[in-house]
Amino acid sequence: MAQEYRVLLEYADKINPASAADYINVGGYKGLEKARGMERKALIEEVKKSGLRGRGGAGFNAGMKWSFVPQDAPVKYVVCNLDEGEPGTYKDRIICQKNAQALLEGMAICGAAIGSSQGYIYCRGEYPFVVDLLRRAIESAKAEGALGDFDIEVRMGAGAYVCGEETALIESIEGHRGEPRFKPPFPGVEGLWGVPTVVNNVETFACLPYILTRGAEWFAGIGAPKYPGTKIVTLTGDVVNTTWFEVPTDMTLREVIFELGGGVKNGKKFKAVQVGGTSGAFIPEANLDCPIDFDSMGNIGAALGSGAVLVLDETRDIVDVVTRISKFFEHESCGKCNPCREGTFRCREIMERINNGNGSEKDIENLQVLSKVMQKAALCGLGQAAPIPIDSTIKHFKHEYLRKLVVTSGKGGH
Amino acid sequence: MISLTIDGKEVQVPKGTMLLEACRIAGSDIPTLCYDPDLKLAGSCRMCVVEAKGRRNLLATCVTPAENGMEIYTESSDVIEARKIILELLLSRHKLECHTCESDGDCKLQDYCYRYGVTDSRFDGEGPHFTKPDPNPFIMRDYDKCIMCTRCVRACDEITGALAINIKDRGHHAKISTAFDGDLADSTCVFCGQCIMVCPVGALTSKVSAGKGKPYQTEKVITTCTYCGTGCTLALNVKDDKVVGVTSVRDREKSPVNNGALCVKGRFGWDFINSDERLTTPLIRENGELRPASWDEALDYTASKLQAIKGQHGADSIAMFTSARVTNEENYLAQKFTRAVLGTNNVDHCARL
Ligand SMILES: Cc1cc2nc3c(=O)[nH]c(=O)nc-3n(C[C@H](O)[C@H](O)[C@H](O)COP(=O)(O)O)c2cc1C
Ligand code: SF4
Ligand code: SF4
Ligand code: SF4
Ligand code: SF4
Ligand code: FES
Repeated sequence: MAQEYRVLLEYADKINPASAADYINVGGYKGLEKARGMERKALIEEVKKSGLRGRGGAGFNAGMKWSFVPQDAPVKYVVCNLDEGEPGTYKDRIICQKNAQALLEGMAICGAAIGSSQGYIYCRGEYPFVVDLLRRAIESAKAEGALGDFDIEVRMGAGAYVCGEETALIESIEGHRGEPRFKPPFPGVEGLWGVPTVVNNVETFACLPYILTRGAEWFAGIGAPKYPGTKIVTLTGDVVNTTWFEVPTDMTLREVIFELGGGVKNGKKFKAVQVGGTSGAFIPEANLDCPIDFDSMGNIGAALGSGAVLVLDETRDIVDVVTRISKFFEHESCGKCNPCREGTFRCREIMERINNGNGSEKDIENLQVLSKVMQKAALCGLGQAAPIPIDSTIKHFKHEYLRKLVVTSGKGGH
Repeated sequence: MISLTIDGKEVQVPKGTMLLEACRIAGSDIPTLCYDPDLKLAGSCRMCVVEAKGRRNLLATCVTPAENGMEIYTESSDVIEARKIILELLLSRHKLECHTCESDGDCKLQDYCYRYGVTDSRFDGEGPHFTKPDPNPFIMRDYDKCIMCTRCVRACDEITGALAINIKDRGHHAKISTAFDGDLADSTCVFCGQCIMVCPVGALTSKVSAGKGKPYQTEKVITTCTYCGTGCTLALNVKDDKVVGVTSVRDREKSPVNNGALCVKGRFGWDFINSDERLTTPLIRENGELRPASWDEALDYTASKLQAIKGQHGADSIAMFTSARVTNEENYLAQKFTRAVLGTNNVDHCARL
């Protein structure tokens, strides 16, 4: 029987997340103490060795990212990405609500590693209560003297999904339109207000205190060797237990859904699962034995992304679901680059046409070409990933599309 | 120096060179829409993408630095497919009426559609819905022809500093707008027309020149603006021996003073040239009526009157007021004449027109 492995959420609901004293009682802020006693280079090396990779979706090695930050820049920033705009994802909120101090400690550890004394948390606009909690948590940590000279400020987003993209997030903090920048230059070299900035996800930061106290080897030994550690997954849709779990990264999708998740609701049969949020691929039953780690998911043409797991039962209309998703992306495209600005709009139009029973095989063909160009040529991850739900369902559930087409030849319809 | 191959040709470029420049050196022509050598980079149109061996995504050459050992293909099938789809996506929201368009023959969208054989868009949904009338006398804003390259926004900010326009809304509904989507006349716009200068299509054109000749029908006569002493270079657009418009000369060698930038007068204030109201001889007022006179008569008349006034009321009863339209040298001479000949320091100038 697959089991949870709690590290970040070990003391969930047992301590007050805003209280630094509570956190210190269960071993908190020891990691920061250790980090501050280390040479910067050695600290970065330790994080690299742990194999910790970004939990925000791109899966980049955290220590490696930090090592690109120029040592001698006079001002640098640590930015925490708490935009959590990916529908179906709420793990960063859970981390804050159960263990906010670990996030603060993780950011301060990063500050020690890159030589920064100022952190920002960019919190999604829909989480005002989390902003409030974090401000209290920062106050409490300062009162305990736990953060030393590292300061953290909480900034609030205004509801744009694209502001979760790290450079759009930076633009937003600067007070500009939430539009991604082209890269390079990467934020590590030229980020917030033009200075070197490390942007990491909440979960990435929250792993750090445990890596420091228990050692890089310990962390590297959990779960999948190439994407070690635990991952918090959030289950939604037609699954019995619609809740969160912290699991080792080598757990398979089948275990997550059928063992921890309790299987499909109401005794229905499984149809598909979308992992990683709205831009994730739809995965058919045949691929459920895939482990959830970053690389294994990539091998089946999917992505772990944020760790959201949306289960669809046999009665769900895939084309209808994907049509709604295409509306989401039409709405959330920032409009900066051509492939996404116009592509998301046309994807939605064509998906609606097919969903309403007015589509043709030509429409499916056009979707596929458009999808390929968006994936290859859009400026940021939003436009690159927006067509993946369409692409993956045409691949795995084409019959559901064909069923809805206008019957023009003998091919479409039943 | 780093070295890379572009379409099979090996080139050496200094570190930090963008791929776009490296491709130019290699002789591979890259289409660009949002790129403008005088403006900050946007990297947003994605027309300039190329394929790099070993990379999953195509690279936008205008914002990607060349790297040692790169193997670049500028017209691979994936590249052509991407460019065609981008053009079709733009066409699907475009009011395609080249036959009556002021930019016909000088339009990047038209050029690239021709280059890639894009006749029509496969995306046949909702058409353009972006234009809103703007009653100003100078600039035609037809956003149903806009390709959202944001060059106008950047030019307005970076060249003129007026910050009159920016992007409003998001996604497909994003459009170029003044604050609160009002008229240009109610914004901080100074009608310099730098936005027209950089617009690669027919979305921004001169109302003053409308209907008077297409770009390829006019001869471009490079000259210096006569409005003020700055000495901006401009091109008179001449058709049938008549000036029908003014356009920018963006070549820095030919336009060293202004790099193509102009002000409202230089760009739009040329219609006096063929005006009936234009003076062709000096006029002398007699009994309240103006009558034509020769230059000799007019100059003698002025000299005698000035002498008389000076004799009767003294030199300081006279003042010289010169114009910003004349050159520094001419203004110098005017003050010299006033001080040395008329004998007064009463010299002033309108500072600007
Ligand atoms: C459209 C878009 C939305 C994103 N949203 C988020 C988000 O809500 N939270 C997040 O941590 N990362 C998000 N990312 C990923 C970030 O750009 C960035 O990779 C991440 O914050 C880096 O942190 P990590 O290395 O710790 O994962 C998003 C990326 C894209 C393209
Ligand atoms: S891909 Fe979409 S969200 Fe990203 S820059 Fe382009 S238009 Fe904006
Ligand atoms: S802007 Fe270009 S493509 Fe559009 S109508 Fe004018 S000439 Fe034709
Ligand atoms: S005319 Fe000049 S000031 Fe007005 S919008 Fe264009 S660039 Fe800006
Ligand atoms: S009006 Fe012209 S310059 Fe401005 S964004 Fe549109 S196409 Fe580009
Ligand atoms: S010219 Fe390079 S992205 Fe527009």
